Amino acid sequence: MEIEDMEQYLEEQYDMMDVCLLAGKIMLESGAETYRVEDTMMRIAKNYGIKESHSYVTPTGIMFSIETEEPTKTKLIRISDRTTDLKKVMLVNSTSRRIANGELDVPQAYRILKRIYKDDETYSLKTRIAAAAISSGCFLMMFQGSWADFIPAVIIGGLGFASVVYVHDLVLIKFFSEFMAALVIGLLAAGAVMTGLGQELDKIIIGSVMPLVPGLLITNAVRDLIAGHFISGLSKGAEAFLTAFAIGSGIAVVVTLL
Amino acid sequence: MDILIQTVTSFIAAAGFGIIFNAPKEALWKCGLVGMLGWMAFFILTLQGIGEVPSTVAAAFMIAVISQVFSRVYKAPVIIYIVSGIIPLVPGGTAYNAMRSFVTNDYNMALSYAAKAFMVSGSIAMGIVLSEVISQIMKQSRLKRIG
Repeated sequence: MEIEDMEQYLEEQYDMMDVCLLAGKIMLESGAETYRVEDTMMRIAKNYGIKESHSYVTPTGIMFSIETEEPTKTKLIRISDRTTDLKKVMLVNSTSRRIANGELDVPQAYRILKRIYKDDETYSLKTRIAAAAISSGCFLMMFQGSWADFIPAVIIGGLGFASVVYVHDLVLIKFFSEFMAALVIGLLAAGAVMTGLGQELDKIIIGSVMPLVPGLLITNAVRDLIAGHFISGLSKGAEAFLTAFAIGSGIAVVVTLL
Repeated sequence: MDILIQTVTSFIAAAGFGIIFNAPKEALWKCGLVGMLGWMAFFILTLQGIGEVPSTVAAAFMIAVISQVFSRVYKAPVIIYIVSGIIPLVPGGTAYNAMRSFVTNDYNMALSYAAKAFMVSGSIAMGIVLSEVISQIMKQSRLKRIG
């Protein structure tokens, strides 16, 4: 009986840790800041009665340990795939709030998080490509382009965003897909200007490239650095820089060819 | 007329970025609003002849403050609102010109463009830092009042 109780207790500890780790995993994979991931995990642990917990989060992995009467338990999970899904960040955040209010016990919280994890992305790929296309046109106007270039920028921006997604499906190297997308944008823009469909090559390219700009990475890098997460901050900054470099070299190839 | 076009397009562009980043549907208009206000701040300041760097600091600061307010009011992570607002400020045009000058072997122009792009990126960071400082001070003063 004693041993069974003990096992039951240990099981519960692990379940609680799984809830924390799943919450952290979803947040990190969806593009939350590092300090928010650590904070959320430690809060959940605290609300489930763990006085001391430690979390160490980098963009590629999470280490989490809790201190109880038994020896400290530690788990490590690897994060290999990162996308941007701000809705999931928000959903996990509100789940963590509900846990803090005592509304959810461990199995309930685990089930809810599992559902969030499996959820599809909020918008279909078509919607996102359309959004990228329209944003490109709007950026052209924001950068003092002329209305004559609006339609070319919309089309080229949409195709550029679509190619980053599709090339990434084929080749799992992020920088290559960004390079290819920039190349597509540059070639199409040059083609549009040559055939007389567009007027200002520079403006069309700048507008169409905007959906590829690593805005989330830049923001997160700065916010992580401020919060004192130097490893995450620097690695996100490096990723943002590489993305910018990939886009730049894609366009540079086209400019050199002209 | 120009200002009207800028207002409308910046709203749509920022909301579009909300969709690209899978922001929740009910947050889209807030993303658009944050982006619009930030871009208008930048646009009007540069129109007044104020340099690009101080204008970017002011705009980034404004975006970050509004995002902090939204995040408090709607109890959602601040990152949802801040990202779409920051993107229009990213010095894409300057970086493009720098790259173009490098490719055409005009290193003097390239370096000056690159330095400018670097400064503007730094100003975005500066604006975010400033707003973070203010939000921390606000938090601390509230704690003191309670305690």
